[in-house]
Amino acid sequence: MQELSELVQAAAAQIDAARDLAALDAVRVTYLGKKGELTARLKTLSQLPVDERPAAGEAINQAKQEVQSRVNIRREALDAAALQKKLAEDAIDVSLPGRGYSIGGRHPVSRAGSRIEKIFRHAGFGVRSGPEIEDDFHNFTALNIPENHPARAMHDTFYFPGGNLLRTHTSPVQIRSMVEEGVPIRIISPGRVYRRDSDQTHTPMFHQVEGLVVDRDVSFANLKAVLHQFVERFFERSAELRFRPSYFPFTEPSAEVDVLLPDGKWLEILGCGMVHPNVLVSTGIDAEEFTGYAFGMGVERLAMLRYGVTDLRTFFENDLRFLRQFR
Amino acid sequence: MKIAESWLREWVDPDLDSEALGQQLTMAGHEVNKITLHGANLDGIIVAEVVEVAKHPNADRLSVCKVSTGKKVIDIVCGAPNVVAGMKSPLATPGLKLPNGIKLRKTRIRGVMSNGMLCSAIELGLGDDADGIIALPNDAPVGAALTAYLGLPDAIIDLDLTPNRGDCFSVLGIARDISAMTGASLKTAEVPAVAATIEDVHEVKITLPEGCPSFAGRVIRNIDPSARSPGWMVERLRRAGLRDIHPVVDITNYVMLELGQPLHAYDLGLVQGPIRPRLARRGDKVTLLDEKEVSVNKDTLVIADDSGPIGLAGIMGGLSTAVSEQTVDVFLEAAFWPPEFMAGRARSYGLHTDASLRFERGVDPEGQVRAVERATALLLDAAGGDAGPLMHKVDPKCLPTRETVTLRRSRLAKLLGLDIEDGRIAEILTRLGFAVNPTDDGWDVAPPSYRFDIEAEVDLIEEIARVHGYDSIPETMAKVEMPLAAVTESCIDLDQAAATIVARDYQEVITYSFIGAGVDKLFSGVESELVLSNPISSEMSVMRASLWPGMVAAAAANAARQQDRIRIFEVGKSFHGNESRRREVLRFAGLATGPAHPEQWDSEGQSVDFFDIKSDVAAILRLAGDAAQISYEPVEHVALQPGQAGQIVRDGSVIGILGKLHPSLAKTFDLRRPVYIFELDAMAALASAAPEAIPVSKYPAIRRDIAVVIDDKISVDELVRAVTAAVPDLIQEVRIFDVYKGPGIEAGLKSVALGLILQETSRTLTDDDADSAMTKAVRKLQESFAAELRD
Repeated sequence: MQELSELVQAAAAQIDAARDLAALDAVRVTYLGKKGELTARLKTLSQLPVDERPAAGEAINQAKQEVQSRVNIRREALDAAALQKKLAEDAIDVSLPGRGYSIGGRHPVSRAGSRIEKIFRHAGFGVRSGPEIEDDFHNFTALNIPENHPARAMHDTFYFPGGNLLRTHTSPVQIRSMVEEGVPIRIISPGRVYRRDSDQTHTPMFHQVEGLVVDRDVSFANLKAVLHQFVERFFERSAELRFRPSYFPFTEPSAEVDVLLPDGKWLEILGCGMVHPNVLVSTGIDAEEFTGYAFGMGVERLAMLRYGVTDLRTFFENDLRFLRQFR
Repeated sequence: MKIAESWLREWVDPDLDSEALGQQLTMAGHEVNKITLHGANLDGIIVAEVVEVAKHPNADRLSVCKVSTGKKVIDIVCGAPNVVAGMKSPLATPGLKLPNGIKLRKTRIRGVMSNGMLCSAIELGLGDDADGIIALPNDAPVGAALTAYLGLPDAIIDLDLTPNRGDCFSVLGIARDISAMTGASLKTAEVPAVAATIEDVHEVKITLPEGCPSFAGRVIRNIDPSARSPGWMVERLRRAGLRDIHPVVDITNYVMLELGQPLHAYDLGLVQGPIRPRLARRGDKVTLLDEKEVSVNKDTLVIADDSGPIGLAGIMGGLSTAVSEQTVDVFLEAAFWPPEFMAGRARSYGLHTDASLRFERGVDPEGQVRAVERATALLLDAAGGDAGPLMHKVDPKCLPTRETVTLRRSRLAKLLGLDIEDGRIAEILTRLGFAVNPTDDGWDVAPPSYRFDIEAEVDLIEEIARVHGYDSIPETMAKVEMPLAAVTESCIDLDQAAATIVARDYQEVITYSFIGAGVDKLFSGVESELVLSNPISSEMSVMRASLWPGMVAAAAANAARQQDRIRIFEVGKSFHGNESRRREVLRFAGLATGPAHPEQWDSEGQSVDFFDIKSDVAAILRLAGDAAQISYEPVEHVALQPGQAGQIVRDGSVIGILGKLHPSLAKTFDLRRPVYIFELDAMAALASAAPEAIPVSKYPAIRRDIAVVIDDKISVDELVRAVTAAVPDLIQEVRIFDVYKGPGIEAGLKSVALGLILQETSRTLTDDDADSAMTKAVRKLQESFAAELRD
């Protein structure tokens, strides 16, 4: 029996030395195969006396089991190593860029415009639009700016030969909406507007959002509250506002609204006022029963403040290096 | 309007510093643009007198002057061409620092010691004049501090006045408003009458009283032609932004700035016959003070004499009767030209004058006499002369009326959302110069003559809010009904479409709605009929018929900035038709050029092509509905390469177009790589409906592939439609998995491989079902397109 334990030891040494599954299998066949050495021992049992056979058989079977068990353990180890090796080969540089493209972005003026729209929409304002080529009536006359009114000089209007014009504000939409929908009304009208002015702080085309609320018992105090809240919502911070008397023919009283900047300076961001009775009357509304407020803001100005843009003109240069900063 | 604080304080002197005064003006509705300090940092500069001027021994252009400081006489080398003995000028002595930062030292100039510097306006920050040293008036006391003599420093307040407040275009007007705001007392605007010393009058014939309801005038003879305007007046004019020109002109300007009433002075010796204000007649021409001749329109008031028009009333005087260095006799005129006769007139001649500005907005119809009296007194002081009697022709019937306006307490409270005490309301109105009569529910209010902007109740409410302070109006959120928003599925939100294209790596741009006529035609093929009368430039003169020109230009500009991969989109309007029949269409347009993907370690950098951009377009259209409802048909377009242009059709109407920018156009814009563009009618493309669900089949699908050879001209779309129509119930989907032209296929033909997905909703399909369906499909292709089945 001494011999059998040596055989197991030898098998164990070879199993541990097997470097791959093929070598391991060769070792297995050498000891456990049909012609393997341990298998051969079983065949020699018949040569033993009958009473020794059971013990000898058990010893051989134990040896076989031990060798088989060692083979299994070694196989699992080799399998695991092989997997490790394969996985290591599959390793990638996760820092390499992903395939395909990324995303583009909205223009900062659109981004700011959407934001303004959203704030007012959520408060129940409808959104209205109108033509950009307007007639004199809707752009001026109906807004209490008759022909030759000095206020027209403030507008630097682009004209067409037939007397039509590029709207100088989105206020004509207010007129059209009041005529079409009547009152009460609560709307904003965003869009492109045009003034014949081009320098460092003016572009001949820019964007406005105007708002209009007409109802019974609408007051200047309501206007102040709405605009203050709007500014704080837009900038997502508390803001100090200054309502300063001004003049627009279509509102009275009129105000310009300044916001206090972190550097302590006031910056004008809005114009507003109570809708002038003449405007209500020109759209067939009873100016005694209904009052209203209107306001208008330049989207570029708000976008500049919100996003830290310092030169208005960059909005229309469409330099992708600039635009890509906005998503 | 610029107004010097020192002048303003002469009229009203509230207990406020310059900054607080500016603040007060801004909060009164007269926006302060800026406040600049005139004559700051001039301590130590004194008034000196030039005693003697000699030529510099070593330099032609320099003089050696003996200058009196009042205590001693010093030598100064001076380079100013205007230095003469006897003149008075500001002197800076060594050790002083000038406002421009230069520190003065005793210097030897070309061998002669100079002990100081006589200063020009620009050196002292008192003006732009750098041509010579300042000549101070003769009354300047030698040795006195310049700041004390000139009243420096003085704040110059630059105001943006609103067009409704014509009454504020003067020191008096602003002072009146400050007085009303602060309660500080106002200097009386009454001007003492100047007694006549001669009898002379000049005849004025008014035939159109509604055009000239008030006209004051006066003859002044024998003024000293060599007289100069007093220094204090020159200084005040300068601070208001006006130069001194001639004493008579300076005085009319001064009175206008002070009282708001523009005046005109004629050289009486040059006026021929009576002065007649009238409307212009056909053929009237006049050469104005700016030496330009204008043909006068019939809607314009002129001043005429026997020779014809000698000035445009309220706009500008004429050259033929202008005062000059020779003038000894003058006729002063102050008239009230009603706003309705003035509005827009100056503009129609390309003019904009201090006078027209004021008359258009309305000057005080009761201020003519006062202005002439004030100007007379100033003129007699400055240039001597003999004043004739003051003449005033007035037609009260034609003067503007100031109707009494009723103000209701309740209306005021309702509009402002604020209750103001009765006493405060009456106080504000009274301070503003209104005549106030209490009634049961409010007040009857009569505005003063100079207020053209008070016609209705709301005008009074505005005045009360303004003076009481907008700050004191509370912020009150309105309590309103809360109807729920209408949220439609009949149209896809533009923001959603934008988000979709952004997700496909497009960057939004905004280009101008007006472009050059030439470039517009390059993209539309026709001359635009929507042409601006007054464009900024010819490159911005017509309304775009497509967003493409602006986007291609933007792409070109970016390509020039080394951007090789450009993908941009824009949402905006295109304009069509002409002024009387015009149409604006909201467009959603895109452009892509350069590599389809950013340069990458794992891909080959293929250029973007038609099918890339088509997939982007399809993604947007997919938002709105089923791709099967949309077909792409070949089209010819002036801006697109033939054979690579398609129009997008939905329900029989064209909703957009896409294709490859014509290479010759790309070349025009210096775009080197192929450019693909699309443009959709946004509203049509995004029209949608709520989806209607169809049950999904529980049974397996069968796929059968066929390849057919057909004429190359037949579109794959046609093929797919035919196959689908042949077995409408079974075909779920047709996939195109190969299109081949080349060896093995006859020229003019192509091979198209189709994968048909067959499925029933009620049972599992058998092979026989599939075979029979394929037979039908193939037969249909053979019949319709003479297709040959390929193995």
